[in-house]
Amino acid sequence: MVTTVTQASLAVNEKLTIRKNRIKNGSGKKRLCLVTGIHGDELEGQYLAYLVGKKLNDSIGCLDGTVDIYPALNPLGIDSITRGIPKFDLDMNRVFPGSKDGTLTESVCGAIIDDISGADICVDVHSSNIYLKELPQIRISVPTAKTLVPYAKMMNVDFIWVHDAATVLESTLAHTLNSRGTKTLVVEMGVGMRITEEYCFQLYEGVFNLLKELGMWSGETKPVREPVISLNRSVGFVNSDAAGVFVPCRRFGDNVKKGEHIGDVLDPLTSTVAAQINAVCDGMIFTLREYPIVFGGSLLARILQPENAEEGGEAL
Amino acid sequence: MKKEILYSIKSPYREPLDIIGFRFGSGSPALAVVGAMRGNEVQQMYVCAKLVRELKKLEKKRGIVPGKEILVIPCVNYYSMNIGKRFWTMDNTDINRMFPGYDLGETTQRIADGVFSQIKNFEYGIQMASFYQQGDFLPHVKMMKTDFAEQELMSLFGMRYGIVRTPRPYDTTTLNFNWQIWETKAFSVYTNATDVIDESSADDAVTAILRFMTRAGIITGKIHPGYCTEIIPESGIEQIRTESAGIFRSMTHVGTHVEENDILGKILDPLDCEENSYIRASAAGVVFFEFNKPLIDENTVCFKLIKD
Ligand SMILES: [Zn+2]
Repeated sequence: MVTTVTQASLAVNEKLTIRKNRIKNGSGKKRLCLVTGIHGDELEGQYLAYLVGKKLNDSIGCLDGTVDIYPALNPLGIDSITRGIPKFDLDMNRVFPGSKDGTLTESVCGAIIDDISGADICVDVHSSNIYLKELPQIRISVPTAKTLVPYAKMMNVDFIWVHDAATVLESTLAHTLNSRGTKTLVVEMGVGMRITEEYCFQLYEGVFNLLKELGMWSGETKPVREPVISLNRSVGFVNSDAAGVFVPCRRFGDNVKKGEHIGDVLDPLTSTVAAQINAVCDGMIFTLREYPIVFGGSLLARILQPENAEEGGEAL
Repeated sequence: MKKEILYSIKSPYREPLDIIGFRFGSGSPALAVVGAMRGNEVQQMYVCAKLVRELKKLEKKRGIVPGKEILVIPCVNYYSMNIGKRFWTMDNTDINRMFPGYDLGETTQRIADGVFSQIKNFEYGIQMASFYQQGDFLPHVKMMKTDFAEQELMSLFGMRYGIVRTPRPYDTTTLNFNWQIWETKAFSVYTNATDVIDESSADDAVTAILRFMTRAGIITGKIHPGYCTEIIPESGIEQIRTESAGIFRSMTHVGTHVEENDILGKILDPLDCEENSYIRASAAGVVFFEFNKPLIDENTVCFKLIKD
């Protein structure tokens, strides 16, 4: 059943409406929320939301409990290829928890939090941005790792990145919900403005496995992959010092050795190589630049080092 | 005066972005002033440019106190200004949300680091800031409330209002907040324009900064004392929000004193001009902020009052 989570009037003859689809069956009291579209240019979650809802509709007898699907927390952004909320400076994921009696954006964020709070688990699906492609991964801050890693392992991702907590991230949806006792997993996968079918199917298997583990799903599931966890490992960041056009020569998911050639920043005006890009450490490329134009500083790749590697990366 | 390139970054096809600084005097780093970090902050750049002109004159007259150094950076981000964009040309990030910066990080983190490494040792810091809300407001000076802040220092500017802001999580990556963390006494000065030039407001800002510099013992000279600054917490400013959406018509202006229940504006239906709602003063006070766009959404702050 499609319901309205919250509404607010826009200037001319239109309402901003946040909607969800509630799919419910059996007597089970458990509830899973699948949310996506905080960033209007991240679309991988759109296909995932469709796939999950369709499977539930088709096999509703296998569900025991409630699944709420929120495909568009930032509908104005999605409909206008805008990462943030149009006309609003701040990233929507910096406005939570919001407030019921705040401004338009704050009240929308507040209503979303109220609606999700109390769920047994929430999965917030992101897809990087238009510049970088990400291997399916779940990002967890250190203070919540103990609670969340066991659930993240059920999700069929390749990688669980446990990162330091930062004050600026206290205004995210996930931080707000986790601090109020609603376990929330942040998925990052694929790239902005595109759908990577393979990843959507991978996460789709993960969502049903999670439902099964929660005792909400009696249908068929497939065994999930064992994710690599970043604890005791470091991540190497490859940033460009040169400006130009980046063309990689290694692929996403590849294992590379420190110093290995992974791509070039080219200067098409003079047909010269502005900089050869080498791996900063041993490990697996789990982030790779997708958008070719780079400035000094642009991130080109992230490399996950093997366990207990000593040098060349940021310790986690 | 020394004009120098403080930091430079390369782009694929444009000339490098050279961040220019003007240094006056020499000795202990006394005051750094930073202008436009966003591409629409023309007034902020203009105030700094005027300040550079005044300081040049002052230096000739030996008006800079010996042993004091002043650094003015009128424009950090002219790349965006030259192409009519507000945020960073490539990835739309906001340089003022990248502090303290990181020299090995993304482009705007590197720019923030390049600037911050030049200005973090100063005793005082002034940022010419712009407002995130669309509207007109009374010029003021603002400080972040941190353990380090001495709020009374705001009165040295002689502006009418000094506002104390309690930082929110998203403030922790701004220049102003990080300056304080690095123990620079940091202020944000707001004039009442951003993407247009308001000459008299720009002159007032330059005067306020010169007044501050005189009182802080950085320059010498005579300057009229300005206002006796009223220092108020941001949370004490009364916010009035719209109850409906449509065409916004203000019926007052900033600086006006209003009584409780006075009509401040109205919202008209955008298709048939029916009056959707009136906006009334929720308290008696001075109109500090007024929304200035013709279209307005529901629940949007349209007026702010400094209560009596
Ligand atoms: Zn996102």
